[in-house]
Amino acid sequence: MLLIQCPYCGERPESEFAYGGEAHIARPADPSTLNDDQWAAFLYMRSNTKGIHAERWRHARGCNRFFNALRDTTSDRFLAFYRTGTPRPALPERQP
Amino acid sequence: MQRFSALSIFRRGLAGHESWQPQWRRAAPKGAYDAIIIGGGGHGLGTAYYLAAEHGLTNIAVVEKGWVGGGNTGRNTTIIRSNYLFDESAALYDHSLKLWEDLSQVLNYNVMYSARGVMMLAHNVHDVQVAKRHIHANRCNGVDNEWLTPEQAKEFCPPLNISPDIRYPILGAALQRRGGTARHDAVAWGYARAADALGVDIIENCEVTAIRRDASGAVEGIDTTRGALNTRKLGVVAAGNTSVVMAMAGVRLPLESFPLQALVSEPVKPAFPCVVMSNTIHAYISQSDKGELVIGAGTDAYTSYTQRGGLHINTHTLDAICELFPMFRRMQMLRNWGGIVDVTPDRSPIIAKTPVPGLYVNCGWGTGGFKATPGSANVFAHTIARDEPHPINAPFNIERFRDGFLIDEAAAAAVAH
Ligand SMILES: Cc1cc2nc3c(=O)[nH]c(=O)nc-3n(C[C@H](O)[C@H](O)[C@H](O)COP(=O)(O)OP(=O)(O)OC[C@H]3O[C@@H](n4cnc5c(N)ncnc54)[C@H](O)[C@@H]3O)c2cc1C
Ligand SMILES: [Zn+2]
Repeated sequence: MLLIQCPYCGERPESEFAYGGEAHIARPADPSTLNDDQWAAFLYMRSNTKGIHAERWRHARGCNRFFNALRDTTSDRFLAFYRTGTPRPALPERQP
Repeated sequence: MQRFSALSIFRRGLAGHESWQPQWRRAAPKGAYDAIIIGGGGHGLGTAYYLAAEHGLTNIAVVEKGWVGGGNTGRNTTIIRSNYLFDESAALYDHSLKLWEDLSQVLNYNVMYSARGVMMLAHNVHDVQVAKRHIHANRCNGVDNEWLTPEQAKEFCPPLNISPDIRYPILGAALQRRGGTARHDAVAWGYARAADALGVDIIENCEVTAIRRDASGAVEGIDTTRGALNTRKLGVVAAGNTSVVMAMAGVRLPLESFPLQALVSEPVKPAFPCVVMSNTIHAYISQSDKGELVIGAGTDAYTSYTQRGGLHINTHTLDAICELFPMFRRMQMLRNWGGIVDVTPDRSPIIAKTPVPGLYVNCGWGTGGFKATPGSANVFAHTIARDEPHPINAPFNIERFRDGFLIDEAAAAAVAH
């Protein structure tokens, strides 16, 4: 079970959270101008990163707020937690 | 290829079993191939086998970063069934089920396909309606599936607890009698051996690191940890790592990779006659011929490439198993492990040409592709050899996500397979 740090409530077990998928996928401002390829890209195409992945979590059994996290999908270690609406943080050089 | 038969085993047994050859050559990469398959799981090895056996392409390599069958093929719980809802799925999975029936004879390798029946439990009104809808749809497609009352379910599977006062009482079940299990390793090994006998090079410990393309954008070859290889036809069958491999050719796919876990108990005498699945309470179980209970869980919540997941997923599943089958409450669990499954938004696979000429992909099998191994490999070989899909896999293209022709088994079942 992962330990997840809600930016509002602090560290809690994964069982309090719901996963929200890849972060920073903004809903198109004017959907009617999109062609089918662009719409499919927004709806379905994902980076599925092997490495550092920006993702959303929701503290579903707590404050119920969404926030973002950076996690290394090759180790499942979290590297950063940050509030929705703030930019993806730059990471310091990786420690050995 | 040294053929296996009762006589050959007896004769070599008399000679101390010392005259057996390895089941496939330890092939070294050799410069150029007419086709290369990335991924030595069941689907990739099967594809190479059918390319050689049915399409006359024998200058082929299967390139595997680890060992044959070390991916999801060797990690799965081996449930085989074909009672999917939609016409497209029924055609694909039933094509596969028919190939399972004589696969051991065709490959001269005992894959231990055992049609012991797969029973899917219904615990609430919604489950009952979904199961009956599946049964009717399956029957229209000539796929067997029948409704059992709780008493009939217990008769088919005596360990089942049909008491009405459990947390999720059993209201009935859908039974596909042709469903069952097979030996996962044997499927990979059987295809590897048969493909090797037809001249296919199976190159293990060889990770693909780049896909090379010519000026027109078409596939020209690959770079691997064991050197560069040239080919004009490249089939990617890399399961959980598909997004990573396809990114080497600049192709983005509607895939996300999740951990899926399973576990086995200590071996006991035959006690469990069939396969039982409960999608509502996330548990499925069968007993292997070795005697272990083979138990599968749902996926973990988050994407990952670690081949492991959280223990709470397993304990949740065991809670369900213990309630459904009280006689297993004191069994010890021996091992648990995870695989990385590539999931599409509609939970149906992609077996298709790609926007890159010469590049083909077979992926998105998610939690349920073992059952499809022979059928998937068979139609994928056709797609690669002819540069056009077989009618069975034509609907399973990438464009369906753009054009809105999803094959939405996810909405239909909302489950693991
Ligand atoms: C725990 C678990 C339980 C499951 N239970 C069932 C079940 O009961 N029934 C069912 O039908 N399905 C089940 N599945 C799903 C099933 O296992 C898969 O859909 C199926 O085995 C996929 O086969 P494959 O050959 O495509 O993939 P794999 O066997 O994973 O083969 C892909 C191969 O590609 C290789 N590869 C990846 N990247 C590279 C690279 N860069 N270079 C070279 N090689 C590479 C990998 O090493 C791997 O060996 C389960 C899966 C898991 C994990
Ligand atoms: Zn919170």
